[in-house]
Amino acid sequence: MSEVLEVGISAELAEKIREHGVETYPYECCGALLGKDQETAAGSDADAFGVRNSREVLALFPLVNRRDDSPRNRFSVTAEDVREAEKAARAQGLDVIGWYHSHPDHPARPSDYDRDHAWPWYSYIIVSVHTGVPQDMTSWRLKDDRTGFLEEKISPMKVSVAR
Amino acid sequence: MSVKVMIPTPLRVYAGKRASAEFSAATVGEALSGLTSQFAELRKHLYTEDGKLRAFVNVYLNDEDIRYLSQEGTPTKDGDTISIIPSIAGGSCENAD
Repeated sequence: MSEVLEVGISAELAEKIREHGVETYPYECCGALLGKDQETAAGSDADAFGVRNSREVLALFPLVNRRDDSPRNRFSVTAEDVREAEKAARAQGLDVIGWYHSHPDHPARPSDYDRDHAWPWYSYIIVSVHTGVPQDMTSWRLKDDRTGFLEEKISPMKVSVAR
Repeated sequence: MSVKVMIPTPLRVYAGKRASAEFSAATVGEALSGLTSQFAELRKHLYTEDGKLRAFVNVYLNDEDIRYLSQEGTPTKDGDTISIIPSIAGGSCENAD
């Protein structure tokens, strides 16, 4: 049975990610994706359509890139930052479902460095920012065996929770 | 010693969706060993191939980072809580500036 990975995000929140990437250019930006995760059967015939593993980004928690030694091509979120993001998520009745960061002057595709440092389950949204202008935005989840990422479909949501 | 290990959200899918598990352990390392023995798929996400905790895996005994204690050899006592807290990192290139 095939599995479709999907993350929903409103145009408003997607734009905020792009804006963060432009604001920090030429350095990488980063932040937490807050929302809800759900795994449901798509359609009435699960055998034909497989399982749709979807989640929704309902808020962002922008963070400071702690890699001040190489911020043009590295980002880092400390354990303390993760705890703050989780606290902010709980306060809104949400979960931390992933992280976003930018790739200044690089494609929105995860690098081997991204893979080496990734956690499973999380959605990793990457936005490419080329000469200060946002380009592609993609989303990825680490494979169970850590050999690479599965690309996640980004689905536009009409409304996000106002924060 | 009975200690509770808190399982972070991204690893719960490999632990039957459990948020925590309890083990009888005299050290942090024994508790983590109990965790990865019971839930074998967790191991590769916590440890490198040469058996070291991955750099982005932070382990706390109660509120203290074990890096400032005795690492995995840190002794535990009844009722202690071990938390696994992620750090998050990545980057666009293979080499840092």
